[in-house]
Amino acid sequence: MRSCRAISALVSQGLDKELSLRERFSVWLHVMMCTRCRNFQTQSRFIRKAARRYTDELQSRLSNKP
Amino acid sequence: MTDTLLTEQTLAAQRPVLFRYALLQLRDSELADDAVQETLLAAWQSAAGFEGKAGLRTWLIGILKHKIADHWRRSAREAVAPIFGRTDEDDGEAEVDDYFMSSGHWNGGPKVWADPEAALKQQEFWTIYEVCQNNLPPKMANVFMLRELVGLDADEVCREAGLSDANYWVTMHRARLRLRECLEIRWFNNTKQEKNHA
Repeated sequence: MRSCRAISALVSQGLDKELSLRERFSVWLHVMMCTRCRNFQTQSRFIRKAARRYTDELQSRLSNKP
Repeated sequence: MTDTLLTEQTLAAQRPVLFRYALLQLRDSELADDAVQETLLAAWQSAAGFEGKAGLRTWLIGILKHKIADHWRRSAREAVAPIFGRTDEDDGEAEVDDYFMSSGHWNGGPKVWADPEAALKQQEFWTIYEVCQNNLPPKMANVFMLRELVGLDADEVCREAGLSDANYWVTMHRARLRLRECLEIRWFNNTKQEKNHA
């Protein structure tokens, strides 16, 4: 079984490219049992969402400036 | 893919990406909008100089960078060099290992976050988010922002930042690990307490 270090790296890569079937399977198997890696997966997705929204927030903040 | 003609529509479709790039550098909506318009106009006028669709955004961002540089030259505000766009080398290459023990298990590691969706609606959260983003080493911040804020594809980011594939994966992973930890410490474990920005 792969380590959390390796699984979290795959989780990260999975946000930017299609993982192989074998990789996806090992991630799936691991996060079923590992809370921390599962949290990392959820949080990485959340960070992506926040980052995408950040420019909108920045824009509205800049246009509200006196 | 055989069509290399630049139409107004093809160019206009790139506008949001260019705008986000310009906004992050100029930090002013109007200025960003102007720079993007000048860029699209220049691109349209010199469309013959563009070869192939593959690098369209890279080409446009190249033009946009010149427009932004022109702006900084005109206004004497060079002192406000934005963190975004800097490409100096970062130190601490081995730091990804701080997050894991030699066994490969998390050292500490991600805790459960209470209601992240609610955080997105709070002004204070965005302040913390910005602090965390600005805490990334400059080169890492640049790569992260090109990918997640501007919205370039991974291979476009590699070209733009001069990164190999392998470096890209490592850099993005480190950025996520760092941001995650920072948000956890400063926001998700800390919402009821006084925020400490130090």
